[in-house]
Amino acid sequence: MVKSKSAYSVAGKQGKLATHTFVVWVDNEAGVLARVVGLFSGRGYNIDSLTVAEVDKKNNLSRITIVTTGTAQVIEQIRLQLKKLIPVHKVADFLSSDKKIIYREMALFKVVSSLKKQEKAKKICNKYNSVIIDKTNRSIVLQVTALKNDIDKLVNNLGPLGLASVSRTGAVAMTKGAEVFK
Amino acid sequence: MGKLISGAEMVFKALEDQNVEYVFGYPGGAILPVYDELKNHKKIKHILARHEQGAGHAAEGYARSSGKPGVAFVTSGPGATNIVTALTDAYMDSIPIICISGQVPTHLIGTDAFQECDTTGITRPCTKHNWLVKDVNNLSKILHRAFEVATTGRPGPVLVDIPKDIQFKKGKYVNFKNNKKFKRVKQNQFFQKDIDALIDLLKKSSKPIFYTGGGVVNSGPEASKLVRELVSITGFPITSTLQGLGCYPGEDNQFLGMLGMHGTYEANNVMHDCDLLINIGARFDDRITGKVDEFSPRSKKIHIDIDPSSINKNVKVDLAVVGDVKEVLKLLIKTFKKKNPDFEKSNKQKISKWWSQIQKWRTKNSLNFINSTKVIKPQHAVQRLYELTKHKDTFITTEVGQHQMWAAQHYKFNKPNHFMTSGGLGTMGYGLPAAVGVQVANPDKLVIDIAGEASVLMTMQEMSTAVQYKLPIKIFILNNQYMGMVRQWQELLHEKNYAESYTAALPNFVKLAEAYGCVGIQAKTPDELDEKIKEMININQPVIFDCLVDKHENCFPMIPSGKPHNQMLLGPKDEEKEEVSEEGKVLV
Repeated sequence: MVKSKSAYSVAGKQGKLATHTFVVWVDNEAGVLARVVGLFSGRGYNIDSLTVAEVDKKNNLSRITIVTTGTAQVIEQIRLQLKKLIPVHKVADFLSSDKKIIYREMALFKVVSSLKKQEKAKKICNKYNSVIIDKTNRSIVLQVTALKNDIDKLVNNLGPLGLASVSRTGAVAMTKGAEVFK
Repeated sequence: MGKLISGAEMVFKALEDQNVEYVFGYPGGAILPVYDELKNHKKIKHILARHEQGAGHAAEGYARSSGKPGVAFVTSGPGATNIVTALTDAYMDSIPIICISGQVPTHLIGTDAFQECDTTGITRPCTKHNWLVKDVNNLSKILHRAFEVATTGRPGPVLVDIPKDIQFKKGKYVNFKNNKKFKRVKQNQFFQKDIDALIDLLKKSSKPIFYTGGGVVNSGPEASKLVRELVSITGFPITSTLQGLGCYPGEDNQFLGMLGMHGTYEANNVMHDCDLLINIGARFDDRITGKVDEFSPRSKKIHIDIDPSSINKNVKVDLAVVGDVKEVLKLLIKTFKKKNPDFEKSNKQKISKWWSQIQKWRTKNSLNFINSTKVIKPQHAVQRLYELTKHKDTFITTEVGQHQMWAAQHYKFNKPNHFMTSGGLGTMGYGLPAAVGVQVANPDKLVIDIAGEASVLMTMQEMSTAVQYKLPIKIFILNNQYMGMVRQWQELLHEKNYAESYTAALPNFVKLAEAYGCVGIQAKTPDELDEKIKEMININQPVIFDCLVDKHENCFPMIPSGKPHNQMLLGPKDEEKEEVSEEGKVLV
């Protein structure tokens, strides 16, 4: 046994990790994002991606989407700790493999290369309903909306074609069908 | 349209609406308009601390001993940063505190103005919520909401940061009413079926244990009565965390003493071997559980707590009942008595073996120590203090360290709200200012801070507060010239390398007391101890009692790190001691 010099207990076994997407409805007020982010950093939770914007002007509500990875116990803690924050109205916890949930992320790719390579880049992105936002003889900016994994792949594939800049929004999520999360 | 009043006046109107009688604080530039208003509100008395941390701990002591929220005023910048320790302490131990801080005028925020700091940013992780007031017309609503947030659900500290211009500005005051529009935390989320499931588990168990915590105190005096009734009608044993002491009478036969790192042998063995663990208002803190993987391995676990995020945080439980302890126990006892009259008698047989096992553990007498006729043993000092004060309604506060554990082990508490100690954060310097707050809330009672000489020096300046307001607090210092708990860990875990744990130039505490304008007493030998304690009790002034104790005494029993509850280190009187402690040194 390794000799411990601490009066704290030693760490136990770690559980299996899973990726979850939290959707948090909050009052759109000063400092609210800091509260949510501070909760994650203060308690040592991961943030894979985060996106936030006002969604209801009348009721002054913003919607925050956070993708995070943790053990089942940690994920449950994140949900309960988020609910304790005063400006938080409701919290949805979606498993990233949940088929009833739609996930989307938008990315902008700037490819700086010859026209030939630009054509190739366009072709690769076509599968994802890409839109050409800007084009010059030397460069092209493509907009893609897809799943996180697909965008990861695109980043890899566009690399050799002169990918000069990537900007991603992070995932947003919504339930399928007529159902609305309450 | 009602009369317009200034932001500063609104602060006092809101405090009056909430029946606040005392405010602890320290003035400064950015909160002067509020202090200017103080003279117009005779119902609210201000206690001037000597440091903002002291004001914060005094507000905590006031809150914990009275059951009412504590209020503190501080100025911007250093005023706010100085109270951060007290806010964090209150956050960890779930104490309702409302801190009102001044801030530089709105137009200067963000310019690095004199005494400016990002107060809401700094206090965000150590409060339940905080507010920066930007419009005077929102101020009254924010203040009412602040009280609501601090006192409902799991209580805790809040902070309202008010820029100086907002304190001057006039606006409309909205009276406090129980505004339904506020998002009300649903406190009680349990149903009859949860209670039925709980009763089912109680009836099946042959090795049960109640494990109670600070949640019982926070739920109010009625909760303690209900705990006593529940223990009585079930005949089950009960143990308590540090924060829960007093909820159940300390000298009752069904009480096994405190559990955890420095808990009794019987309490910790019961936790390890039980088949049913009923946690009432405690949070499976790491000082209680030790190594989580080996914590109470064969038991079904029930957790009653008001805070849903406490459930399954550290230890997975089989049945969670989310609600106010008082409400849960009311329904539990009502249902239980209806369906199981005479349970205590009919169930006696079933748990008799368990009780005889407990008696066996008890014979270890794990709080025992080798007394001396030459030098005062710290445990003996606490025991004598208890014997000489138990007939009075005595309130005890402590600092943090060995003396704190000895107080918890050897002083027997019989009432809730009578033991104030920093458990979660472990703040040295808590006890003296807390005693100030306790004495303010309980003017005619005996208030004693069982202290260590190292801790008490951290907030010693508050003696001046005690003298100013004629608060006859007693500072009972177990003086061993060491940071005792640090020295103990160094002895057991760091090969006796006593790095910086000895204080070589301590003040003369008797002269120090005289310098503050109060009374100093020193006890050097066991013979004179009783007389001196009696002398202390009879002085109606603040007293610093310098009790010179054995410098090398360690606090036992102790669960070494990484060990389960059934492998405790016992004190020197235990016959297996040599063996256990040698082995222990390798294990810890």
